[in-house]
Amino acid sequence: MKKHGKILLALLLILGISVFAGGCGKDEDSSDGQKTEGTDGDTVTDNPVAGGEIIVGITQDLDSLDPHKAHAAGTLEVIFNLFDGLVKPDKDGNLVPAVASDVAISEDGMTYTFTLREGVTFHNGAPVTAEDVVYSLKRSAGLLETVDPEVIVTSALSCISDITASKDASGKDIIVLSLSSANTELLGYLTSAIIPKDYNNQANSPVGTGPFKFISYTPLQSFVMERYVDYYGTAPYLDKVTFKIYADTNTAFLELQGGGIDIFPYLTSEQAKQLTDNYNIENGTANLVQALFLNQAKKPFDDVRVRQALCYAIDRQQILDMVADGKGTIIGSNMFAGFAKYFNKDVVNMYSHDTAKAKELLADAGYPDGFEMTITVPSNYQFHVDTAQVIVEQLKEVGITAKIELVEWGSWLENTYRGRQYETTVVGLDANLAPSDVLKRYRSTASSNFVGYANDEFDRIFELAVAETDDAKKVEYYKQLQEILAQDAASVYIQDPASYVAVSKKLSGYTFYPLYVQDMSKIYFVK
Amino acid sequence: MRYYVKKIISLIMVLFLIMLLTFIAFQVIPGDGAVTRLGVDATPEAIEALRESLGLNRSLPARFFSFLGGAVRGDFGMSYHYSKPVGELLAARLPATIGLAALAILLIVAVSVPLGLLCSRREKGVIDRTITMVTQTLMAVPAFFLGIIITLIFGRILRWFSPGGYVSPGEDFFGYLSYMLFPAISVAIPKIAMTVKFLKTSVLRELKLDYVRTARSKGNTERAILWGHVLKNALIPVITFMGMVVADVLAGSIVVEQVFNLPGVGRLLITAISNRDYPVVEAVVVYIASVVLIVNFIVDLLYQKVDPRVRIE
Repeated sequence: MKKHGKILLALLLILGISVFAGGCGKDEDSSDGQKTEGTDGDTVTDNPVAGGEIIVGITQDLDSLDPHKAHAAGTLEVIFNLFDGLVKPDKDGNLVPAVASDVAISEDGMTYTFTLREGVTFHNGAPVTAEDVVYSLKRSAGLLETVDPEVIVTSALSCISDITASKDASGKDIIVLSLSSANTELLGYLTSAIIPKDYNNQANSPVGTGPFKFISYTPLQSFVMERYVDYYGTAPYLDKVTFKIYADTNTAFLELQGGGIDIFPYLTSEQAKQLTDNYNIENGTANLVQALFLNQAKKPFDDVRVRQALCYAIDRQQILDMVADGKGTIIGSNMFAGFAKYFNKDVVNMYSHDTAKAKELLADAGYPDGFEMTITVPSNYQFHVDTAQVIVEQLKEVGITAKIELVEWGSWLENTYRGRQYETTVVGLDANLAPSDVLKRYRSTASSNFVGYANDEFDRIFELAVAETDDAKKVEYYKQLQEILAQDAASVYIQDPASYVAVSKKLSGYTFYPLYVQDMSKIYFVK
Repeated sequence: MRYYVKKIISLIMVLFLIMLLTFIAFQVIPGDGAVTRLGVDATPEAIEALRESLGLNRSLPARFFSFLGGAVRGDFGMSYHYSKPVGELLAARLPATIGLAALAILLIVAVSVPLGLLCSRREKGVIDRTITMVTQTLMAVPAFFLGIIITLIFGRILRWFSPGGYVSPGEDFFGYLSYMLFPAISVAIPKIAMTVKFLKTSVLRELKLDYVRTARSKGNTERAILWGHVLKNALIPVITFMGMVVADVLAGSIVVEQVFNLPGVGRLLITAISNRDYPVVEAVVVYIASVVLIVNFIVDLLYQKVDPRVRIE
């Protein structure tokens, strides 16, 4: 009897597997014709219909609804729809006026003057006053008299010495920011949300000025928002958007296949291939710097020759082919490709795949037979785990034996990132919309410098770059900084990963940003 | 009376130990609520400030006893991650978990008792052999795997339900039931298989005993013997087993909730662990432990109902 049971189980398993395999195989054949390249969000090509409700799948639960307390990227991308700052980013990474109608930066980079836009109202109906703006900015800069410890103080705003409200010659409300040291890039941080002064319930019932207003949030279930009819800018098309929270991408994917979700932003390349019929696959970049980060406080990574050898040993194109179906943008330094103005294309191919050269450099550094190393990878990011696996194989060719250590995200943050107890790690880093924010961690004194990189020349040029008021020169400085990082092989920079978004064929207008946001105000139903 | 006092004291002791163990476990694993909440870009000052405000900088005993004090009053504090009262979070999760458990238990009892009796009456017959074979197989299949297969067949291919969906019972009760049914089936199937086998063995053992022969010789029908005499005795070991099943199911079929995307206690626990949300984890663990202890207590009481020999004066 027992034997029969086992055979039956085996049969059942085989049946199960073949159903899976069959399902995949069938879908794969018909998928290619369905793909479209990322559509341009601003040009409305088909007939938009106002109104309608959609469901968007997300896989990260929100941390706080208070825009100044929220930290998780998964939260910020959702509440982007509720709040506007003085300025806000557009899809090309430019900062456009939002709650402020006009911005003037003094030539020395010491004073910012914003003119308050007229007719902007909060979701509770109250008009936005200069006091609200001053309060909001002081709150996120940590300048309020009573500091709420949960508010995340944006350290870049620490150069602000005073924020005042007044009226200009024509009687318009203006807000003046005085700085203690010159900074011409502060605008990138002034996307920080404007909220009503002394309103204490942001965390449960957020009030902002964005195109959508908050309706409800149930942890682990859903986040619902509705069109804000009195929005000062271009009104959104949709009446109502529900963000539904899924346990993981696989569960969400199942519902996607069942047609229960209209937009799902985190498809893997495998899943994108399987989707058919009802969805368009939009293609963009994830705006991350994915790299094999090397801890320069540990031997042998303190030796620049070893680091360069690793750069030569790793074939980035092969990584893209293996883990992302060839999609993604190869990078050569710590800057994402979507930030085109500052992206230094010249360093991308500084280290083309060359095992002979890698071996030579290793021998030079005193490791002719290679060495052993550990790659620490946060286990919740399958993409980085896959990348590390390819790297392990590639390193074998130059005699380096790498082993992967999977750690949980909480322990990665504590031990690897903050404690710097690691040799190498594969992870993706994002940043604010300011070039200094992308590169600041490589300053030798930065607390976020978890690779332990130190180069006086880098520190010097970084300061020049931040203070520079001439745009062309500034760009030049930042490109130079990327080149220094590449020359020093501060880490092995791999790619800005591709991102796939499934969008129902009933919808159009999905827009990619050089930031991690899901802009629902441009989505519309097509006739 | 003394028996109950003893029971309750041991119940409290066990709960205390469990809370202590959870607390210690949380000290051992790396990472804390402040670090995970603030993420990569956090400055050391920001982390320090949040730690201070969450009370993470107090000494270990101070933290444990302040939590314990709250828990005794039924107040588990605020979630580190959501900044909401833990009680509120847990209460919002319970309808899914309890509904799933209730439906699964209903299915288990409704299916396994008749099947078990049928098997034992037709021992070695075709029906018995078939059922035994099927149960042997299903017993070995984990609930989450069944969940995936069920989602695939009934959700994707047949489209009988939409995978990953959920409505709260207050909103649409029948919709809620329909979303609960398939998860409940995947939880129930392996347990049904076990219960059938258990019941059958137990009934067969009873049937060989002397009192059955006596009952037969008095002219009772087989049916009357089975229902009137044997079943009551055969149920004793089954009740123990059912107690375990109920505790297991009520404590959150953690993985199954994950597979079907149900917002239950199990998913709350998993999310809270990765967020290092200690108050939530502690509250869920206390909940699970209490359920197991209370169900065991009820099983003890049921024993006495069914079997006068263990009755305590």
